[in-house]
Amino acid sequence: MTALAPAVRRRAPRMQGAATPWLFLAPALAAAVAFSLYPFANTVLLAFTDARTLSPGTFTGTDNFVRMVEDHRFWLALRNGGLYVLGVVPPLVLLPLLLALLVRDKGPGVGVFRTLFYTPVIASAVVVGLIWTWLLDSRGLVNGTLQALGAISGPVPFLTDEYLLLASAMLVTVWKGLGYYMVIYLATLDRVPKELHEAAQVDGAGAVRRFLVVTLPAMRTTMALISVLSAVAAFRVFTEVFILSGDTAGPGGRDITLVMLIREVSSGLDGNVGYASALSLVLFALTLFLLLAVLRLQSGASAPGRAGAAGRGRR
Amino acid sequence: MSRRTKTLLRYTLLLLIAAISIGPFLWQLSTALKGAGENIYSVPPSFLPAEPTGGNFTRVGEVLPVWGYVWNSVRVALATVVLNVVGASLAGYALARLRFRGRRAALSVFVLALLVPGEAVMVALFLMMRSVNLHDTLVAVVLPGMVGALNVLLMYNAFGAQPRELDEAAMIDGADAWQRFTRVALPSVKGTVAVVAIFAFMGAWDDFLWPLIVLSDPANYTLTVGLEYLRGTFVGDQRLIAAGTIIAVAPLIALFFSLQRYFFRGVNEGAVKG
Repeated sequence: MTALAPAVRRRAPRMQGAATPWLFLAPALAAAVAFSLYPFANTVLLAFTDARTLSPGTFTGTDNFVRMVEDHRFWLALRNGGLYVLGVVPPLVLLPLLLALLVRDKGPGVGVFRTLFYTPVIASAVVVGLIWTWLLDSRGLVNGTLQALGAISGPVPFLTDEYLLLASAMLVTVWKGLGYYMVIYLATLDRVPKELHEAAQVDGAGAVRRFLVVTLPAMRTTMALISVLSAVAAFRVFTEVFILSGDTAGPGGRDITLVMLIREVSSGLDGNVGYASALSLVLFALTLFLLLAVLRLQSGASAPGRAGAAGRGRR
Repeated sequence: MSRRTKTLLRYTLLLLIAAISIGPFLWQLSTALKGAGENIYSVPPSFLPAEPTGGNFTRVGEVLPVWGYVWNSVRVALATVVLNVVGASLAGYALARLRFRGRRAALSVFVLALLVPGEAVMVALFLMMRSVNLHDTLVAVVLPGMVGALNVLLMYNAFGAQPRELDEAAMIDGADAWQRFTRVALPSVKGTVAVVAIFAFMGAWDDFLWPLIVLSDPANYTLTVGLEYLRGTFVGDQRLIAAGTIIAVAPLIALFFSLQRYFFRGVNEGAVKG
């Protein structure tokens, strides 16, 4: 390889000490190893022990995983994660596309609308959760309005019913995520060649038909990307459910999520760190599976400037 | 459908969605401005405070050290921004522009780190912070997010997209790696640096789960954990909670309105972050 490299390339090593690149890399590399890879390796080890917060524990084989299978709260958390995926992925794939179509074309004030639609994204999930806790309170704005309209006789138990609470948390997740995915769609819409639309128009296709035959097929990769991104986020949900349920995980703790369970099991001086680590591995496996799908999608439909393209330019 | 009806329909929809997006914030602001004498539970609801007052903002500072929480969050966010900008641009530059043995291995470390979700290592991270006696400190809040792997890859992409000739010309002029980095490469990726800085700030300011786990003394709380504490302490008083949430969200909204284009750009460059 060196023999084939042009003269300019071979000069590079002379312009820098051998240690230079590693000095540049040191802070970031140290952070990635110390706060991601090392703790992950440690999580794998701990998952096979009975470690507690204050004691390192001993090797217990697959005990933690056996316990997991018998733990009804683990199954509840998985069920809630699955419900969450089913509840938030379809609206988060479809609604932001409609928003993007509404704010794509220039028009008076459209830029302002784009900004307003994005505002929920920047707020912390805690703030958003507290805002909606108040909106959905038994004496909050939503119940108050419904009552004033005579639509209901008593308040709807948005935050105290097992399923309504979960649905409310999903609503908050969707509300907070719409603007984020809208921006991703806007970037993709910019790349749909105008000629395609014009050609379809010449062929006599109406707006709906043009959407179905031109826009939608061009959005397929982005839609798949957003499905995966929102599904990963759904399995990792914590704050929305935590805040809306007031740290109780709902009536009888039946709205618990995997991350809530991990936190609860591991907290306190006698926290069961071993079992929590085993649960963490399940969370990792679920998200890894979906993240690998994302990486595949991105390298398949890589836009200029992404990692793949940059890497090719240098070879 | 005529052009006029179409425009009318479009703007009706836009206004409706804007109301749904912004309405909840405005309702929270309205609640925060309502005085103790005003019924906040009235049916039908009253959208505007009868006698707007800033009293809740003063009072929330009296019942809890909210301004101390703001200060904690500011310090955490600024430290996160500085560490990410410095760490990610240095590493991104080395990966994209310096040739050395082990470059690919280094790159794969960051890709692997990207695949590990924070929630899956929080237990081990907490044990680590405990073992070095950093738990319950703001340093422990900052450390795990000090150099995001995604930010390294973003900077790597930005530097990789620069024309090689720039670098080579500087090399022939005898510039060493540090000079090429600071004088040639860095000035032309300001946009990406801004994206990294803004998303690092937002991530740190909004983060909840990790500070909730690692902090235990209420004096050390960041704003998000403090808000949850406020809710737990004053369950009944929606006016105070509303005032607290407005304090937490207002700075970010101001930042967003002034630097919108970087926020939008950041979403697309970092879509994988999720």
